[in-house]
Amino acid sequence: MSKKEQIAGNVANYVDERTGAAKWLKKNLTKVFPDHWSFMLGEIALYSFIILLLTGTFLTFWFDPSQNEVVYNGSYVPLQHVSMSASYASTLHISFDVRGGLLMRQIHHWAALIFMVAIVAHLLRVFFTGAFRKPREFNWLIGVGLLTLGIVEGFLGYSLPDDLLSGTGIRIAEAIIQAIPVVGSYLAFFAFGGAFPGHVFISRIYTVHVLLLPGIFLALITIHLMLVWYQKHTQYPGPGRTEKNVVGYPLMPVYMAKAGGFFFIVFGITAFLGAFASINPIWLYGPYTPGQISAGSQPDWYMGWLDGLVRAAPPLETHAFGHTISWNILIPGLIIPGILFTGMALYPFIESWMTGDKREHHLLDRPRNAPNRTALGAMSLAFMLVALINGGNDIIATHFHLTINGIMWFTRIGLFVVPPIVFVITKRLCLSLQRADRELVLHGRETGRLLMLPHGEFVEVHEPLSAEKIYTLTQHEQNAPLALPDVDQNGVRGATGLKGKLRKRFSVAHAEQVPSPTLTEAKAIEHH
Amino acid sequence: MTSGIKKLSRYRRHRWAAPALLVVALIGLGTTFSVASEAPAAQNVAVTQQSSQITEGKRIFLQGCSSCHGLNAEGGAIAPSLIGVGAAAVDFQVGTGRMPMADMSQQAMRKKPVYDAVQTAALAAYVASLAPGPQAVDPTSLNYERDGNTAQGGTLFRNNCAMCHNFAAQGGALTLGKYAPTLMGVDPKYIYEAMITGPQSMPKFSDKTISPAEKLSIIKWIKAAQSEPSLGGASLGRVGPVTEGLLAWTLGLGLLIGIAVWLASKAR
Repeated sequence: MSKKEQIAGNVANYVDERTGAAKWLKKNLTKVFPDHWSFMLGEIALYSFIILLLTGTFLTFWFDPSQNEVVYNGSYVPLQHVSMSASYASTLHISFDVRGGLLMRQIHHWAALIFMVAIVAHLLRVFFTGAFRKPREFNWLIGVGLLTLGIVEGFLGYSLPDDLLSGTGIRIAEAIIQAIPVVGSYLAFFAFGGAFPGHVFISRIYTVHVLLLPGIFLALITIHLMLVWYQKHTQYPGPGRTEKNVVGYPLMPVYMAKAGGFFFIVFGITAFLGAFASINPIWLYGPYTPGQISAGSQPDWYMGWLDGLVRAAPPLETHAFGHTISWNILIPGLIIPGILFTGMALYPFIESWMTGDKREHHLLDRPRNAPNRTALGAMSLAFMLVALINGGNDIIATHFHLTINGIMWFTRIGLFVVPPIVFVITKRLCLSLQRADRELVLHGRETGRLLMLPHGEFVEVHEPLSAEKIYTLTQHEQNAPLALPDVDQNGVRGATGLKGKLRKRFSVAHAEQVPSPTLTEAKAIEHH
Repeated sequence: MTSGIKKLSRYRRHRWAAPALLVVALIGLGTTFSVASEAPAAQNVAVTQQSSQITEGKRIFLQGCSSCHGLNAEGGAIAPSLIGVGAAAVDFQVGTGRMPMADMSQQAMRKKPVYDAVQTAALAAYVASLAPGPQAVDPTSLNYERDGNTAQGGTLFRNNCAMCHNFAAQGGALTLGKYAPTLMGVDPKYIYEAMITGPQSMPKFSDKTISPAEKLSIIKWIKAAQSEPSLGGASLGRVGPVTEGLLAWTLGLGLLIGIAVWLASKAR
């Protein structure tokens, strides 16, 4: 043993004797994780969060969250001698007079967009592979919470610089608060400390943006990861992979290197975007005053669908008992998002109720093998996409020479028509893919080689699949629909009522599958 | 000196004295008359030129514009009356190629002008002769670089223009396919004329609403925004968060997924 190793050993021993870390580390450093690119989407979100913490801390050194009016005297000439809020002036100061300030601002904003992109991509992966099933329902709920908070946190960050775009966003947020029946106007007064825009809102959301929400994020992310650790990671099906094992590589050294390297790659790509692509050029927007607005004012993309829904809403209002109910904002701004996010949060429980499946699942589904779920997901995604398109209707109108009214009507009708169509098409596609899998298993791969038989007949040579491939394509279980009796034990017809009827129909829809080839079928084919 | 006058006065009774004096007086009178009458003569020439310009303008109008705007510019079912719109409106609409329209779409768009400067001036003169209206702007009188104030122009722009033309003058959508065009690369003269004539969906900004000096400030700000280098990297069109979100989903997520696939692929 060399001198160096001896010293290292002594230090490690010193720490271990006081913390007992060796045993814990030995167990956890060898923990095995499965390898797949789609398992790294959540990592992107995690690393973006770390980038956000680092760059955000840098920005707080100079940012002044105050709405006090100041006269700008910095180095951006077109705004000199213009009066503006201290928060806008300090953001200009960060952008033009702090070394590396603009780069940091842009990295922060790009990281925020990538953070939300990665969360949504991760959510889609978890949904379409059925990774939310027992025992991971709580982690799904935490994920939905992180997504919701991410939207709020992003919106607050967008609002802080107090430029013309920020102020427009805050104004719409105020409108949504006011749309809450009866108490809305009071809530808006509490939030803004009086009439809009007041002089306290920026400092209030600053505290929420840099202290409260990041704290909650840290806590939720920690629980999210601890649950992954404790419940172990799901894996895609394949030979040797069961509900009881995890096939992959150990944390140390493989994932330490991969994950560590990936962090720097994410940082690098975000920094690349921050260096070469302008984001939110606040100096062009100018300071916010309630009398001004820019054409094409949009929220950041993760709220674009919400803006799109509000833009699509027809002007409906009710006046009753001295109160005004603005349905045009209440429905798209609060009720529909409420239904969407509640439905998303409850989906694992809804699916388990529909299928009656209460077992643990650690093997993922290939999306085609759960046609109903995949179609439901595609349907929800289509709804969001139609809404998102309407969120950018003005930009689409000018750049593709369309009329904004045409896009609005497409949205109004499309929100109801497109999702069901997408559902049907997706479900058919999944079933067709299952049929293709079945063909592949039974008849092998078409090689494209033609063979002339001695009696002159031409046949195409089919190459049988490997045993591993056949296993992967046939391992999924296909459960029959729930056997729900029409008559209960007392002989009462339809005792469970509408709920029972619905459950029966959902269960049948969920169980619709192309039968997976059986061994006898395969054998029969081999014979002829 | 005295001897000179004496010498001259010696000839005052000379028999040629009276005729010589008459000749001098006639020449003097003639010269004075010709000098005095020169200005009105030039004016006459100008009047003739103007009337021939109006005639030429009317000829072009009858050929190229009257089918929609009417034989006397009185307007019709598909086009407004041009009586009283003034030379500025004609200079803007024809000079930027908006008129004559290529087709009856929602709005006349900027394109390569059909008429040259002389023809445009003739058309403007003809329309101006119908009724008084705002005069075409002389580009040399727009010294916005000297007389304008960028910061004031920016504030005025955000107050009056940004709601349609976007915060960075990139243009924006209006209802039913109409749009506020981008102001990038627009001649200052045309920006000024647009403000005083209010073409298409645009409101008219009279000198009482925005003074001529303030108009110069707005032009100065637009020109400053146009020539400002993209300070944060690629500008992404300066149209707000839509293109930013698009880039995050395409290039951002695309690169990240590409690398994730590479990291998760098995070493060979």
